[in-house]
Amino acid sequence: MESKGHIKVENLSVFYGKDQALKDISVKIPNKKITVIIGPSGCGKTTLLKSFNRLLDPSDNIKVTGQVLVDGEDIYGPNVEVTRIRKKMGLLSQKPYPLPMSIYDNIAYGPRLHGERNKHKLDRIVEHFLKTASLWEEVKAKLHSPASHLSVGQQQRLCLARGLAVGPEIILGDEPTSALDPKSSQHIEKRFLELKQQYTIIIVTHILRQAKRLADYVLFLYMGRLIEHGPADDIFEDPQEEITKEYIRGIIS
Amino acid sequence: MDKRSLEENFFKFLMIASTALIVAVLSMILLTIIIKGLPHLSWAMFTQTPKTCYYLGKEGGILNSILGSLYLTGGATILAFLLSLPITLYLNVYAKKGSKLAYFTRFTFDVLWGIPSIVYGAFGFTLMLVLGLKCSLLAGMLTVAFLILPIMTRSMDEVIRMVPQPLMDASYALGATRFETAFKVVVRQSLPGISTAVLIAFGRGIGDAASLIFTAGFTDSLPTSLFSPVATLPLTIFFQFSSPIPAVQGRAYAAALILTIIILSISIISRLMTKKFTRHIVR
Repeated sequence: MESKGHIKVENLSVFYGKDQALKDISVKIPNKKITVIIGPSGCGKTTLLKSFNRLLDPSDNIKVTGQVLVDGEDIYGPNVEVTRIRKKMGLLSQKPYPLPMSIYDNIAYGPRLHGERNKHKLDRIVEHFLKTASLWEEVKAKLHSPASHLSVGQQQRLCLARGLAVGPEIILGDEPTSALDPKSSQHIEKRFLELKQQYTIIIVTHILRQAKRLADYVLFLYMGRLIEHGPADDIFEDPQEEITKEYIRGIIS
Repeated sequence: MDKRSLEENFFKFLMIASTALIVAVLSMILLTIIIKGLPHLSWAMFTQTPKTCYYLGKEGGILNSILGSLYLTGGATILAFLLSLPITLYLNVYAKKGSKLAYFTRFTFDVLWGIPSIVYGAFGFTLMLVLGLKCSLLAGMLTVAFLILPIMTRSMDEVIRMVPQPLMDASYALGATRFETAFKVVVRQSLPGISTAVLIAFGRGIGDAASLIFTAGFTDSLPTSLFSPVATLPLTIFFQFSSPIPAVQGRAYAAALILTIIILSISIISRLMTKKFTRHIVR
């Protein structure tokens, strides 16, 4: 078995009803690096990201063929416990969605679900991950006030801390800075660069400059196909496909 | 004045006139009840049971109906809630998107909502025959529960539908099951709406007379058992209005006033609760 946290996609196709959103995608995501998925709107970036933690549940008129292997296990296989798969990954969505509870309870939500009841341990978890997300100093005096009172930028860092608190090995970000102001975006980007020491990070973005700042590895999707993938320098400096060149030069968007 | 501003003013007038009309109707109803009911309202109305038969009696109070209505509707609301919550959570958390069953369920409740309450009364009566119940608090409770179930379910459904999918996804992404997501996130997020739905249903239930005529019966004594008849405010109003004695008719207005006050307090409480609950919510 390959090292932990490794995601491998084999011949993945996804259908929404009759529309095919992803077409026969095969790729390996490198460990402890930032992988950025780029491509024009509607190309299937978010679908690919969601397929990694089975948020595309096959129930809702969605058909998935092919395999997504996480630690060598096909997560769409039968008898897979979906909560265990999801626990391995933290998710940041486009807009932060704090749970309708206090700041403390937001962070403690995941650990509590997975059986942590000890108050002292929860206190430590909350403090530790709020520090990791560099939110601790701003909220330590009001841990028990509603998370909805935080600014959007703070909420997104809260969501990051919340995701990390379940002890994942992988962080998924679906355009995680698109609702944030430039300063808050910078804040989140800085966290990602720190976190890649310990986590495998996969981010969807439509901001090319952000992709260049963050990416170690790049996947370029176009109309549901994986056109090109490789180390960031190769893709940005010397793309092989004509369509990738056009996208990077800003001709198609 | 040119044609466009004429148009604008005409519709503005129409809108203001319609609003004024509805406010006027409401005020006239309230005024009638207050003017005719207030003179008959006394402390005894709230603290005593009728001294003589309710149809003729001018003495005593209507504590039996006040308590009866509160017990009956309270019980019915709890029963309906126990069904409504699982149904709405099923529709919104468990059912597939575009599920035919969910569509059919919603359609069924919309039809049930439109059925007149006297039909529920007749249905309740049939149910009593099957279950071997006589006119009683329990039978009335069951009937009113059926009557308000569609109202509660559909109002709850509307608010739970507003819970954003990404919020639910956030919970799933942390490894929560559907059950945990439903109760820890969806219910909390829609708590203001759920409480409003429950109170609306209660308000609708406490004011209904037709469903109770065959099922709850009537009595001059306080409700003490689930299995004996119970007095209710709407039926008190109904019976006392039919009385030939003007003083008894006045007491019907007083009863109407009490019922209106109860319903009004419920809407005020529901508004205050909504304010209190919304502090955790992100839209």
